[in-house]
Amino acid sequence: MNLTINGEARAMAPLPHLAALVTTLGLDPRKVAIERNLEIVPRSAYEQTPVADGDRIEIVHFIGGG
Amino acid sequence: MDDIGTPTLSAADTWTVAGRTFTSRLIVGTGKYKDYATNAAAAEAAGAEIVTVAIRRVNLSDPSQPMLVDHVKPDRFTFLPNTAGCFTGEDAVRTLRLAREAGGWNLVKLEVLSNTKHLLPDMEETLRALKLLIADGFEVMVYCSDDPVYALKLEEAGAAAIMPLGAPIGSGRGIQNMLNLGLIIEQSKVPVLVDAGVGTASDAAVAMELGCDAVLMNTAIAEARDPILMASAMRHAVIAGREAFLAGRMPKRMYADPSSPLAGLI
Repeated sequence: MNLTINGEARAMAPLPHLAALVTTLGLDPRKVAIERNLEIVPRSAYEQTPVADGDRIEIVHFIGGG
Repeated sequence: MDDIGTPTLSAADTWTVAGRTFTSRLIVGTGKYKDYATNAAAAEAAGAEIVTVAIRRVNLSDPSQPMLVDHVKPDRFTFLPNTAGCFTGEDAVRTLRLAREAGGWNLVKLEVLSNTKHLLPDMEETLRALKLLIADGFEVMVYCSDDPVYALKLEEAGAAAIMPLGAPIGSGRGIQNMLNLGLIIEQSKVPVLVDAGVGTASDAAVAMELGCDAVLMNTAIAEARDPILMASAMRHAVIAGREAFLAGRMPKRMYADPSSPLAGLI
């Protein structure tokens, strides 16, 4: 399965849902926000959201800023 | 006011934006610090209740990198997500929708910049973005030019606060147009904050003496030789400026007026 995550092409083994992707990437789901194909995915829906070949995923978090 | 009609600064001297009430009139940024620990200590020394934050892609190559929220904690400070780096209304809306999902907050700081040399706001695009955000349910504090005409348009469009620059972001040049700032303060019914341009404590005091509700700064603290000491200085400056504003300054005169009586000289 080929995904584009934060602008980078990535080949991944098939994943059951978005929550599995977050875990696979080593991220804490409580500290990120995710967009799948330009649509926000609510944190409560990660386990119900499929990850499909060709998906464009953005994963962001808060950093320092003015 | 106390019982003889004198304005007093008490615990009741609060300000309110979008229904949220704060005591501290100093909002600090969280950028440019050498590390998040210094950042957190400076925010504490500033007595800040609100901190601005940015939204960026996570670092996928090293997910164990330090994270802002582990040091500057969202249960201690109100996070004010910004749209720094956005040059269109659509970018700003997309960024803040992600911020809302990450943090669950509707109160945001809008900034739509024009170019990277001076980082001055693109006011036409800022106003358009503001309308998009309000339609999407956000409460928006708006970084803007020091133009009273545009400031009024922002307020009429529903801005929760007007945040004119004192000088370009990160320039540390202080309040460049006190006249315009005074006009904006006079006409606005929502809070007015100087955002950007403060370089040292006196700049913050000047902003507050003019009657601003609060001051927002980042570089002046982060790039001081001792950020924590500067944060403390800024805290005092904002309080001093606020008290001077409430106290009402003496009139300016062309000539001297002796403090010791001239009558009774030997």
